[in-house]
Amino acid sequence: MSQSAIRGRVRLLGDNINTDDVVPGRYLNTDDPAELATHLFEDFDSAFGRSLAAGDVIVAGANFGCGSSREHAPAALKQRGVACVVADSFARIFYRNCFNIGLPIVECPGAAAACREGELIAVDTAAGRVTLEDGGRELQAAPIPPFMQELIAAGGLIPYVAARLRAQEDR
Amino acid sequence: MGLTYAEKILAAHAGREAVRPGELIQAELDLVMANEVTGPPAADEMYKTGAKRVWDRGRVVLLPDHFTPCSNIKAADLCRRMKDFAREQELELYFEVGRCGIEHAFLPEQGIVRPADLMIGADSHTVTYGGIGAFSTGVGQTDLGAAMATGSSWFRVPETLRFNLHGKLPVWVGGKDLILYTIGRIGVDGARYAAMEFGGGAIAELSVEGRLTMANMAIEAGGKAGLFPPDAKTWEYVDGRPARAFEQRGRLLERSEMAPDPDAGYAQVHEWDISGLRPQVAMPHLPSNARSVDEAAGIRIDQVFIGSCTNGRYEDLAVAAEVLRGRTVAGHVRLIVLPATPEIWRRAMRDGLFEVFLDAGASIGPPSCGPCFGGSLGVLGAGERCVSTSNRNFVGRMGHHTSEVYLAGPAVAAATAVAGEIAAPEDIVPARAPAPPAAAGAGPCLGGGER
Repeated sequence: MSQSAIRGRVRLLGDNINTDDVVPGRYLNTDDPAELATHLFEDFDSAFGRSLAAGDVIVAGANFGCGSSREHAPAALKQRGVACVVADSFARIFYRNCFNIGLPIVECPGAAAACREGELIAVDTAAGRVTLEDGGRELQAAPIPPFMQELIAAGGLIPYVAARLRAQEDR
Repeated sequence: MGLTYAEKILAAHAGREAVRPGELIQAELDLVMANEVTGPPAADEMYKTGAKRVWDRGRVVLLPDHFTPCSNIKAADLCRRMKDFAREQELELYFEVGRCGIEHAFLPEQGIVRPADLMIGADSHTVTYGGIGAFSTGVGQTDLGAAMATGSSWFRVPETLRFNLHGKLPVWVGGKDLILYTIGRIGVDGARYAAMEFGGGAIAELSVEGRLTMANMAIEAGGKAGLFPPDAKTWEYVDGRPARAFEQRGRLLERSEMAPDPDAGYAQVHEWDISGLRPQVAMPHLPSNARSVDEAAGIRIDQVFIGSCTNGRYEDLAVAAEVLRGRTVAGHVRLIVLPATPEIWRRAMRDGLFEVFLDAGASIGPPSCGPCFGGSLGVLGAGERCVSTSNRNFVGRMGHHTSEVYLAGPAVAAATAVAGEIAAPEDIVPARAPAPPAAAGAGPCLGGGER
């Protein structure tokens, strides 16, 4: 999976954005990402939700993705074409879900304070580098743990597990 | 350095003597669980691994509880897909509406989950089982699908935060108040990635049901688990349940080993005296906006909801009934009571709690997660305010995006229903009567320690 170099427009959010903010619970009667994506940020800020475009990079504050474990949230962001989520920190389940389904995310303390809505940002997930193109300021992201890098290389958790199961059968 | 309780459970299930925070381990799971929202996509993910069968058809729990009984076709289709999968896989622990309740109330009640288990569930409130000393945590459906295929999962060993709650529980203060207070102190990311381990005199005094309530909301502080190492109360609760058909996996821990070592290493230790604590209310729109009920008093309310995986257990209903007995709900308020499981329902009915609720003017409904997440059975309209015994007060959580949710325990919820505005329990019941003796033959819902 090539997700090493990403360029996009910053879409700025604050602290503690929860997965109900991303996709409200009442829409969980479907697991179709295309349908879920039509409800992105509907309660939290519907104008933001509608204007979120393919290629955008969400830059958020602390604890992004807290609350419900619903994978519907990262799946809907991925469906819309969000290129990457950069946050000061991520809630645990959301973090794990993103690696599992192959939505690139980068933990980068201080990112939200350093970015302006709409400016261009470049994210190198492999190198852990975030560059704000206006003025070329660079931010250092937290390194992606080795096991997560394995998951990324495999294309997500399911291909990773499938390969393991096949290897067991072959033995 | 010794091990915390979380580290002991994780080490045992990884077949190791010890594990340390930050390590990545592969561990054997005792069981996995999903509901109709997460089960069908998890099943799809399992098949994508190439697996034809679940790893153990006796250890995969599936039950519909979020939108049930279904009020729309899409939700019904999710339930149908899950049932089809359960049949195809001949799952022993699939439960149909009427024979199950809200997952996190149902599993401990039925003895399906036990102390020192390691399990994952595709629902964030899977942390609830920490109340009886299980390491249980929420995951997404892809993790769950992979675990259904393999019976194992990877874990980053969390740091442990220790919370020692000292003092005697004040009148009308229960598990909900203690956990709202805790989240208020440390914030919604105060325990991010960490295991929360609780102890101290106030916890020893608290009922098992109260501990389940507290563990349930560990996730609202970002916690990976909220653990109450088992004590005599826990075993009394657990040993009174039906025996389950499977053994714990990994290296088995003796009951005496199910505790942190005296020299365990904690990332933080909090020592709090809760003797002076007042019942708590978490204001919109974060569970950490907790304050004393006295500071929230007077806010006019449209709906009160008593139920959910947080506070839908027998003890919660009994406390609510204590406040509501002989009183009526304010004219402009809807009071909705959803006992969390059929067992709780039956016992509440038998013990006369339904008479109290009906006389007060409440609507009693089936076990369901519905209102808590704006799914069904109590959704809020524009600008409406609800005092809810559930766990999240996010924007739009229970309905319209301009509605508001105030989180509280069942005593404050019931008092508020009577007053029509947020009220302290003693405003409605000036002198709390001593706890009545438990009904004879109270059955397996008894969590012990009713105050």
